Amino acid sequence: MTAPAAAPATSSPSAIALGVRGLTKSFGGLRVTEKVTLNVAPGERRLIIGPNGAGKTTLFNLITGEITPDSGAVILNGQDITHVPSRRRPHLGLARTYQIITLFSRDTILRNVTLALLGLSKLRWDPFVSLDRQHHLIDAAHAALARVGLDHLAERPLAQTSYGERRRVEIAMALAQNPKVLLLDEPFAGLSIEERRDVRNLLLAIPRDVTIVMIEHDMDVALEFAERITLLHFGEVIVEGTRAEVVADPRTREVYLGH
Amino acid sequence: MTAIVVRRAAIAIAILLLLTLPLWASGSYYVNIASQILLFAVFALALNVLVGYGGLVSLGHAGLFAIAGYTAALMLENGFGHLVADLTALVVVLAAAAVFAVLALRATGIGFLMITLALGQIVWGVAYRWAGLTHGDNGVNVSSRPAPFGISLSGATSFYFATLVVFLTAVVAMALFVRSPFGASLRGTRDQARRMNALGYNVWLIRFVAFLFSGFWSGVAGLLFIYYTDFISPQTAQLQSSAEALLMVISGGSATLLGPIVGAGIVVIMKNVVSAYLERWNMALGIIFVFIITFMPEGLVPGSVRLSKLAWQSLCRRPPAPAPVEERAP
Repeated sequence: MTAPAAAPATSSPSAIALGVRGLTKSFGGLRVTEKVTLNVAPGERRLIIGPNGAGKTTLFNLITGEITPDSGAVILNGQDITHVPSRRRPHLGLARTYQIITLFSRDTILRNVTLALLGLSKLRWDPFVSLDRQHHLIDAAHAALARVGLDHLAERPLAQTSYGERRRVEIAMALAQNPKVLLLDEPFAGLSIEERRDVRNLLLAIPRDVTIVMIEHDMDVALEFAERITLLHFGEVIVEGTRAEVVADPRTREVYLGH
Repeated sequence: MTAIVVRRAAIAIAILLLLTLPLWASGSYYVNIASQILLFAVFALALNVLVGYGGLVSLGHAGLFAIAGYTAALMLENGFGHLVADLTALVVVLAAAAVFAVLALRATGIGFLMITLALGQIVWGVAYRWAGLTHGDNGVNVSSRPAPFGISLSGATSFYFATLVVFLTAVVAMALFVRSPFGASLRGTRDQARRMNALGYNVWLIRFVAFLFSGFWSGVAGLLFIYYTDFISPQTAQLQSSAEALLMVISGGSATLLGPIVGAGIVVIMKNVVSAYLERWNMALGIIFVFIITFMPEGLVPGSVRLSKLAWQSLCRRPPAPAPVEERAP
């Protein structure tokens, strides 16, 4: 295990790619997110861990705006995006994948990725031209598929692909949008050992100008990947620090490994 | 390659048949039936934008169809020219579609269906009860048909060709729309609205624009209808008209170009031709729909394609299969 390449852990706002300030959300009487504060540096690889129901995915939904927080703020590259509609956030450089695969099952793999690219293009309102003839979009979609090693299956209908391939399509769609901050929600969930290795290599190949925040249960892969780790429990940040600090912390052991 | 050739040949034959229809259809009765099929096909294609590609099932589209029809009919009655009346009707139907959309797009699924149903019933109620404006049950007579470029449309054949031009324009508009990035965006909101939002699409606005597109062509069909029948009454706006349009889309095959056209053909032929021979034609229509839903739940057009592919495959596979066994046997 080597030291992180990009030095994180600085509090100057200019050096924060993704900031979360005192984010709070309740569903009725249940506090799912409790004054969560995060500072993720540009290029950082941040891992978010916590037991089931700790509020990890809810935190992602709050960051992307799919859920509106009760209080607190979300800052993306120095801009307060708390009140920016969720559909505008991809245009500002925020992309995510879903833990539960959320793809267009009637379309081909290529069309799935093309839709990701089209979402950021003015062309999406055009009712006259043929989408199949927009070569710059199609070529970019092929390039994104090549990054995840799926270009040879580009024309395959999504319904005829394996679970592991779909996980990679999820990642290809997020990467195709060329995000500055990428949120990965359990990218290894349900994958075989070989597929894990492939996805791991693919994530390691993502350049450092992309900041990555990842939720993951598979500690072997995730610990290798992450530089800093945040432990959530009942919606609160319990422990945060470098990999070594969090692993060594007795509270991690208590929450995560049981008493 | 062969599939494309077959497809192009089929389209060419279909257009040729439509162009020569007045020559081989015996008498103006059948030419009029063909006009009726084409105008309801335009209506079904319009509804298919929302039902098939948007996943938004509307039961209020007869309201939009009737709003365009009533607007033009009442303006003609009050002495306005055809061009002014028709253009105003299209503006009014776009405005009405915008109101329908703003109210109905608060929901999807059953909620959307119920709101459009209620809006359609309001239009019917106004047509039926606001007699001062709409003459209530008596309806509005349309005394003349327009004469574009000096060509009179009063005959069955000339009206058929005018309807055919509008129909082909609608088909081309739909074909462009389906292939376009906007069409892909709309289908995306049907399949994964949440993902589309997360990818940067404005899901509500996409559905709103699609509703306007659908409303516009429903209005065009409504105009063809009043010129075809020379008359409009509250019956046009009633729930059964919306349901029939929906049946056209679903029985033919939603989210296909050909499906709604075939569906319009079935319903119009059952209503007009079969009803002359069979008193209980409604029951026959019902039996046909039960048959379609049972054996081809995806609709007649995609269902026939699937079944013929299956038949073709089993035909191709059967002869070679027993052959090796026979060879080894001796």
